[in-house]
Amino acid sequence: MNNYDVIIIGAGAAGLAAGKVCAQASCSTLIIDRADRTGGVLDQCIHNGFGVRYFKEELTGPEFAHRLSIRAKKAGADFALSATVTGIKKLPDGTFHIRALSKNEGVTVYHARAVMLAAGCRERTRGALAIPGGRPAGIFTAGAAQKLLNRSGFLPGKSAVIVGSGDIGLIMARRLRWCGIEVKAVIEIMPYTAGLTRNVVQCLHDFNIPLYLSTSVVKISGTDRVCGITAAPLDRQRQPDMTKAFDIKCDTVLFSVGLIPEMELAGKLGVKENPATGGAVIDSTYSTSVPGVFSAGNMLHVHDLADFAAEEAEYAAKCMIDYLVGVRTVAEFQVKAGENLKYAIPNRISPSAIDSLRFLFRPTVVTDRAVLKAKVNGVTVWNKKLLYVRPAEMISAELKNCNISGDIIFELEETEK
Amino acid sequence: MIFDTAVIGAGATGAATAYYLSQYKQSCVLLESCSEVCSGISKANSGIVHGGFHHPADSLKTRLELRGNKLMDELQKKLHFPYLKCGILVVAYDREQLETLKKLFQRGIDNGVKDLEFCSRERVFELESKLDDSAVGGFFAPNGGTVEPYAYVFSLVECALKNHITLMNGFKVVKGLHSDGCWSLQAADGREIKARYVVNAAGLFADEVSIALGAENFTITPRKGEEYLLDRNCAGRPSRVIFPVPSPHSKGVLVIPTAGGTTMIGPTAELIDDKNDTATTSENFTKILSLTSKMIKGLSPRDLITSFAGLRPVCESEDFYIAPSQKVPAMIQAAGIQSPGLTASPAIGEYIVQLLQESGLTLEKKVDFDGSLPPRNTTREMSDCELQKAHNLDPAWANIICRCEEISEAEIIEAVKRGHTTVDGVKFYTRAGMGRCQGGFCTAKVLEIISRESGIPATELTKRGKGSRILAGKLGDFEVK
Repeated sequence: MNNYDVIIIGAGAAGLAAGKVCAQASCSTLIIDRADRTGGVLDQCIHNGFGVRYFKEELTGPEFAHRLSIRAKKAGADFALSATVTGIKKLPDGTFHIRALSKNEGVTVYHARAVMLAAGCRERTRGALAIPGGRPAGIFTAGAAQKLLNRSGFLPGKSAVIVGSGDIGLIMARRLRWCGIEVKAVIEIMPYTAGLTRNVVQCLHDFNIPLYLSTSVVKISGTDRVCGITAAPLDRQRQPDMTKAFDIKCDTVLFSVGLIPEMELAGKLGVKENPATGGAVIDSTYSTSVPGVFSAGNMLHVHDLADFAAEEAEYAAKCMIDYLVGVRTVAEFQVKAGENLKYAIPNRISPSAIDSLRFLFRPTVVTDRAVLKAKVNGVTVWNKKLLYVRPAEMISAELKNCNISGDIIFELEETEK
Repeated sequence: MIFDTAVIGAGATGAATAYYLSQYKQSCVLLESCSEVCSGISKANSGIVHGGFHHPADSLKTRLELRGNKLMDELQKKLHFPYLKCGILVVAYDREQLETLKKLFQRGIDNGVKDLEFCSRERVFELESKLDDSAVGGFFAPNGGTVEPYAYVFSLVECALKNHITLMNGFKVVKGLHSDGCWSLQAADGREIKARYVVNAAGLFADEVSIALGAENFTITPRKGEEYLLDRNCAGRPSRVIFPVPSPHSKGVLVIPTAGGTTMIGPTAELIDDKNDTATTSENFTKILSLTSKMIKGLSPRDLITSFAGLRPVCESEDFYIAPSQKVPAMIQAAGIQSPGLTASPAIGEYIVQLLQESGLTLEKKVDFDGSLPPRNTTREMSDCELQKAHNLDPAWANIICRCEEISEAEIIEAVKRGHTTVDGVKFYTRAGMGRCQGGFCTAKVLEIISRESGIPATELTKRGKGSRILAGKLGDFEVK
């Protein structure tokens, strides 16, 4: 009874969307999640802005998750909730054993013919950045504070500084204000925000919360509880200019400094990691380097919107179904991210996938005029004009009817500074 | 009541002293200034069990280090704290270092360290395949390793408590008077206890305690050591503790496979003024990473989980200062216990008991003394079969709370039952929140469990005692402007 065609790890936007597709195609499907309810991190995102693409309707995170969840259930997917996957093992016949621990069942070993890695990401912490200073109480990642506030109703502090301008940080700036918590500043080391423009406008501008760009936090002060931070603008060499350093008093510091795909389980399975995304290296079927193991959503690469994660997972799920019925494609050509691009997804392609595939890119520049080019053997085989490029916003491209005969390098050329 | 002995400070030294005292028919009180035991030097250090070759044979340090190294093995068998006896590999990376290395090796031999092995280049790579290619030779001390220092101290205190000592947390000694053959010790919060003999094991604050008791006037200078902790999946985790050839001032920067499964690089060594300054700096991380990357392959800044700093208590003499006070009666000073203090601590505890006896304390062994603890189960280490059995008795064993370290609800409940009601206390007892997400995912759950099990409202819970409350209130408590 623990045998499934497909086991999906993670019941967030990606896992639920993939689960629906697999179950609809009559694959026996199990979605495992460590939380006691579906939705993953969506469950704490009580703000709106979800579902506009996917459901053509604006929803809150829990509503979005609920709809995805109902659809997966109706399609016939099984769920194992409050179950933490502690290991995935590939068997000699190419199938998988998945070990999960849960309060209800204890140790359970599931068997699957194919595995979808959709466990999302974690937040980069203050520790991982080696931000200097003491270690007082009052330092949280933005998401941890969001969970405490939105799920448990706890207030993390009275006055806060938010380090980093990721979307969760921006959302939390507004959320804190709505709870009567003073938000002294949002401090971003880059010259642009890491979060979406709409969040900068709706969460900072509308509430007159100061945003410091190209500014670094050089110290966190406080022995028992945070009592303030010191920040300094960056000079031309992008080093903190200590002559212009300033202090901000606060009792709370939230970090919103990036998300990291939760690849630890996958790593043990031998799934090759892409250093540019922190997720798996994948081909045009969303297959990882281990046959039978697929990945999508924020565990593959960090998306701007949950809607994108769900769409991507649907596509990956379709490929997984093909795999289960025996379709095997050879991804013969490499895809590389060139100038002004941090990464390109997927990493290898089969030319036959070109008509259905959507390529995704993360730009590294801010520009209002650019051309995205696809080059094969130094020749531009495809291009697209872009009018609004921001590192916070993913670029997507379809190369329909394009004849690909070799490795593709994508480049983003700025046509106006 | 009047206690026979009062031990001031529940770090490694104080805890070991209390442990060895608890085998005798006498009443002992362990006084800790912080809200949990093991909150100072003993919490934030490298966790190394040293091999006995760094200091001269005639120093008190070496004598106690060698004895402590032996006792650590015995204690581990009784108390079951995590102890990775992986050996220490001291590596030379050029010809010049090789000459210094030979002297250090000779010192080890002179000190009587057993099983020291001088290693060719080939042999060092056999012992540690991740060494940087530039390694030219080294020596191996199989008697060294790493312990989880807080787990070690917790187990000593737990066992001493089992043998009926008294523990008082949050008892910061501010004044002590000796009259009519008895000490009266006052705490900052007004509490007072009486004891016939006093041991000053107050770590960084041993100088202040000494003065508060009218004893010797000496100075403890903190020497800061910054350490950087890397993910348990770090490719550069060595299988031995890797030491460079030391300089005259420091044992150098090490690559440490921690007993908990992570990798640690550090420490720095920097004399500072402020005993509360445990801040870390970004310059030092860059420096340490660059130094250690020349020693071991596979260390990456991407694996950084967190950093911390510990303060070594440095006395003027640089040696341990363990002796009866010459100024006041019935008081033993145990100060300046810096590296290899953790290694030496069992021997220090034993030695302090001996000094107390020489000062007139009569000690008679208890017949019912039990110096051991049952092994602690952890969900991560249990086999499927064991875990299923544990789950049948209590489902909390299979309820994972901290996913990075695979810590179950049952382990957290156990920590609270043993008196750890701060978030850091639970973290150091169970490892919940010590992994790569640094509590990002589990803090809310951990708060809920501590609150439920201890009866303390979640909004009153602290990181590490007074002044370090985690939360500021509940939704609706603040006025929205």
